[in-house]
Amino acid sequence: MGQKDMSVRSGNEIEGREQTHDLFIRPAVDIFETDEGITLLADLPGVTKEDLNVDIEQGLLTVQAKGKSYLKAEPIQREFLPGNFYRQFQLADIFDAEKISAKINNGVLTLRVPKSEAAKPRHIEITAT
Amino acid sequence: MEMDILKEMESLRRGIDGAFKEFGVGSFLEPSFLPGVGLQRFPQVNLAQDKDNVYVEALVPGVDAKDLDLTVMRGVLTLTGERKEETDSQRTWHRRERGHDKFMRTIDLPNEVDVDGVIAKFSNGVLLVTLPIQEQAKPKKISVKTH
Repeated sequence: MGQKDMSVRSGNEIEGREQTHDLFIRPAVDIFETDEGITLLADLPGVTKEDLNVDIEQGLLTVQAKGKSYLKAEPIQREFLPGNFYRQFQLADIFDAEKISAKINNGVLTLRVPKSEAAKPRHIEITAT
Repeated sequence: MEMDILKEMESLRRGIDGAFKEFGVGSFLEPSFLPGVGLQRFPQVNLAQDKDNVYVEALVPGVDAKDLDLTVMRGVLTLTGERKEETDSQRTWHRRERGHDKFMRTIDLPNEVDVDGVIAKFSNGVLLVTLPIQEQAKPKKISVKTH
């Protein structure tokens, strides 16, 4: 099996398309939106800053990381396989990819993508004449 | 409709082969760690052993070391903790796969361990517990003499 295109929530302006590569572990994510932008949290246990790669190209956000196992002996009982993480999201063009920020703490990646100024909600004052 | 068929096949396979759930081939359809309360075991644990120690590796991303508790009693390791979520202003959710809650796992250890010598190390969301095997539980080689 190669690459898979999955259409998720058609008509959603935030992410129209999501791509995953099934030879990799697809990390669980939380994505939420505020007026300022979106925040993505991804579970990447065992991943350090050095092993993590976040790219954005033409709105296609790629999170890629090298997983590792700390076990010194061969497992006798296994619930997970150590592997590499990979997940892609297509972002709408209302986001400002230049100002994306990323940090990783305790195996959780936090990505913040702000909305471009034009896309932020604005309160309009009404003046009486 | 092809995706639906694939998903159904996948869930059948997972029913049989629970130990490998969410990983390897086919993991692309399901979220990995905490898809809600009671649906999946969290944290995921690998158990290993060599001649001196039993090793337990648990994936606990997003959990603070101070929120983790470990106890060993009568050959059972219990891991309890809580994954907290920071909550602030109103949010519109687009994905919610990680989950957050209190959790508990009990792990049957394959050998008698020396409870005083247990070492637990936590780094980058992975907990590694090293439990030394008791001397009397180690296999003893008996030499066979010939007359």
